Amino acid sequence: MSKSPNLLLPALGFAALAVGVAYGVSTRNYKAEEAALAQLQAERAAEQAAAKAAEVSALEAQIAQVQEVAREEVRLAALSGGTLSEPAPEREGTFGLGREAHPQEIAAWDVDVLPDGRGLPEGSGDVWTGEEVFVDQCAACHGDFAEGVDNWPVLAGGFDTLADEDPVKTVGSYWPYLSTVFDYVHRSMPFGAAGTLTADETYAITAYILYSNDLVDDDFVLSHENFAEVEMYNADGFVVDDRDATEYAEWRAEPCMEDCKDEVEVTMRSVFLVETPPEGGSNSVMNPARDIALPSFTAAGPSFIPEATPQPVETAILATAPAEPEPDQGDALVATGEKLFRQCSTCHEVGPGARNKSGPHLNGLFGRVMGSVDGFRYSGGFETAMEEGKVWDEAELAAFLADPKGYMSGTRMSFRGLKTDEDQAAIAAYLSAASE
Amino acid sequence: MDETKKTSRRAFLRGSAAVAAGSVAGTAAANGPDPLITELQDWASYTGAGVDETPYGLPIRFEQHVVRRNVEWLTASPISSINFTPIHALDGTITPQGCAFERHHSGAIELAKEDYRLMINGLVDRPLVFTYEDIERFPRENHVYFCECAANTGMEWAGAQLNGAQFTHGMIHNMEYTGVPLRTLLNEAGLGSAGELSDKWVYVEGADASSNGRSIPMEKALDDVLVAFKANGEALRMEHGYPVRLVVPGWEGNMWVKWLRRIEVVDRAVESREETSKYTDVYEDGTARKWTWVMDAKSVITSPSPQMPIPHGAGPLVISGLAWSGHGKITRVDVSKDGGITWQTARLGRQGEAKALTRFYLDTEWDGVPMLLQSRAIDETGYVQPTKAQLREKRGENAVYHNNCIQTWFVNAEGIAENVEVS
Repeated sequence: MSKSPNLLLPALGFAALAVGVAYGVSTRNYKAEEAALAQLQAERAAEQAAAKAAEVSALEAQIAQVQEVAREEVRLAALSGGTLSEPAPEREGTFGLGREAHPQEIAAWDVDVLPDGRGLPEGSGDVWTGEEVFVDQCAACHGDFAEGVDNWPVLAGGFDTLADEDPVKTVGSYWPYLSTVFDYVHRSMPFGAAGTLTADETYAITAYILYSNDLVDDDFVLSHENFAEVEMYNADGFVVDDRDATEYAEWRAEPCMEDCKDEVEVTMRSVFLVETPPEGGSNSVMNPARDIALPSFTAAGPSFIPEATPQPVETAILATAPAEPEPDQGDALVATGEKLFRQCSTCHEVGPGARNKSGPHLNGLFGRVMGSVDGFRYSGGFETAMEEGKVWDEAELAAFLADPKGYMSGTRMSFRGLKTDEDQAAIAAYLSAASE
Repeated sequence: MDETKKTSRRAFLRGSAAVAAGSVAGTAAANGPDPLITELQDWASYTGAGVDETPYGLPIRFEQHVVRRNVEWLTASPISSINFTPIHALDGTITPQGCAFERHHSGAIELAKEDYRLMINGLVDRPLVFTYEDIERFPRENHVYFCECAANTGMEWAGAQLNGAQFTHGMIHNMEYTGVPLRTLLNEAGLGSAGELSDKWVYVEGADASSNGRSIPMEKALDDVLVAFKANGEALRMEHGYPVRLVVPGWEGNMWVKWLRRIEVVDRAVESREETSKYTDVYEDGTARKWTWVMDAKSVITSPSPQMPIPHGAGPLVISGLAWSGHGKITRVDVSKDGGITWQTARLGRQGEAKALTRFYLDTEWDGVPMLLQSRAIDETGYVQPTKAQLREKRGENAVYHNNCIQTWFVNAEGIAENVEVS
């Protein structure tokens, strides 16, 4: 074998190290028997190393071969103008990385459900239970009858609209597989508390959504056993991508370069102008000039030169951007509260122009009678609280946030709450500051 | 187009438009010396910022308008929403991570490397769990790829809607990814027990609350899909799936699962929410097309564009834009100044990798006359980017996704551009 141990590093690892140590030991002037022992160890290690070396050189040869093929591919690609990167080497065997997945781990994560029902957990749920769970867990966004609130998805209806100008794509009108409903609700809903529904609750919600879409009667019970029997309206409404036949064949022709058209007319101007304020985001404003005609074009140029219309110009095109304001240390609690409020902002607004969303607006919350915001449809608990004249203050809010459903039985707020005193104080500070 | 061939009407228009051009800052030599040159400036006299003033550098404040922006009314909540890359203000091809568009279905999550686990299960010989450290021990590759949301330009099916390339075409970014081929990880788990591979799929999902599961045919999974952990040389940003995301070159962005936590080998498509109720294209007769994964060739002029007016009047003008194709390389881009009557072939910037953004330029002389600017991409398969009319003829106007039509900007004599639709 080679006398140079580092030739075998790093692949030989332990064996090479043993040779190295033994080699070092044997060169020192120790007693004879120690030297003999070291010699023996060195010989054994050398034998092992030789065997390993043969293995490694075979492996290296294999890798070299793969890399050579890869290099040739790269060279050929480069010749044809490509910039392919050299592929990572592959092995005949495995790298021995990772560990075996535990069955409980697989059970925890592998919960997807296939169209034929494979993957469904055992369980069942009826329409009426489904309605209860739906109103409690889903209606804040999807509406009591799955009709959708604000911009949130509509889950029911929309039948025979798919060929209309604005198709209403609901579970009933569009979804081809029931498995998708169960799978998605069970895994990803409710929004903000995903993965918390039991199998039975999910069957019940699914049954209720089917009922809302007139797919089953009100006495229907959905279970893993009858799941496959439900037929969806739009099961046959999909075709697999066929662009290669319908489009590519036609659109792979050499395009026209000159005199491609006689005249071009502007048939539509931008509906919205978009302001881009320095603080970020955007404001869409109706284009005031959208009905004013623009010139048509021929090869000779435009038919006339229109007057310029005022456009929002990006603020920072002017070279002087405003300096960052100095942060005020005293507002730290408010700032923390503002961050926390992001969790609430899906359903609640606060500040100038705040409106009711799926939760009531929170302007002037402290000192306000519970359940008293005009135009908001409260749950029964809050209606009772209003009749009793209960008033929001920091202590009541903290109690509510600590355990929303415990504090106000029947509340539609699906938010899990804020548990710590610090978070409750921060949100209160933010709500006070923001409603000023 | 031959610039010498001008009709008398065009010459007349040029004359009247020239009034609007001119008067540009920095060319005041005729009125005397420029004080920026003749007077000692603060920055030329006082010292500047020391090193480490910003341990992780941010763009200078004069560029703070170059940011991602959302359009609030498009979605119900910013937690399940999208924003747009400021493509109008960028050049070259690489998108800086900090301004690359975001699309979340249940918000961007904080997932630490030490809490990261990736499971491979299903029809594999050995179901495995990898830690983040494990992923970094497999041989890795570097590739530049574009990631385009299937809904990019989706608003425009209904006509010219939002005024700005950022808003019509900004659901795209292009980064250099470092990652392990998905093929390597699948081989590590062993595909022997999957049998015939041609009809198998991998189902991939993320660790966030939406999990955003998608089915990918095995052929693609074994081809060029990457399990990526770096972008543009540094760790992925939280909003792009830190610490590990899937990169599915040339295919719609929704399949590029972020916070990748599980890969399951299955014998059919799962038909998850994101591949049935969403990301499918409804046609005029109400039927829908599914599994429309590849993003067809597309291009857009980023400057001039509504957010990038021509500031300098008539004279030399650089028309610049981006082109890309999910089918491979961009081989040619043509530009029209008259709404598609006449086309000129643009100059390609550095040749992009297949399925990556390519920059194009048309270095031209503007006569100050209004233009209808268009660009048209051609990829290595010979596919020519279609007009909006061609797309509508095939698909109607309700498809929502996969709108790769030719975009038109009307540029008036003042150099201001507007999103328009043409005949």
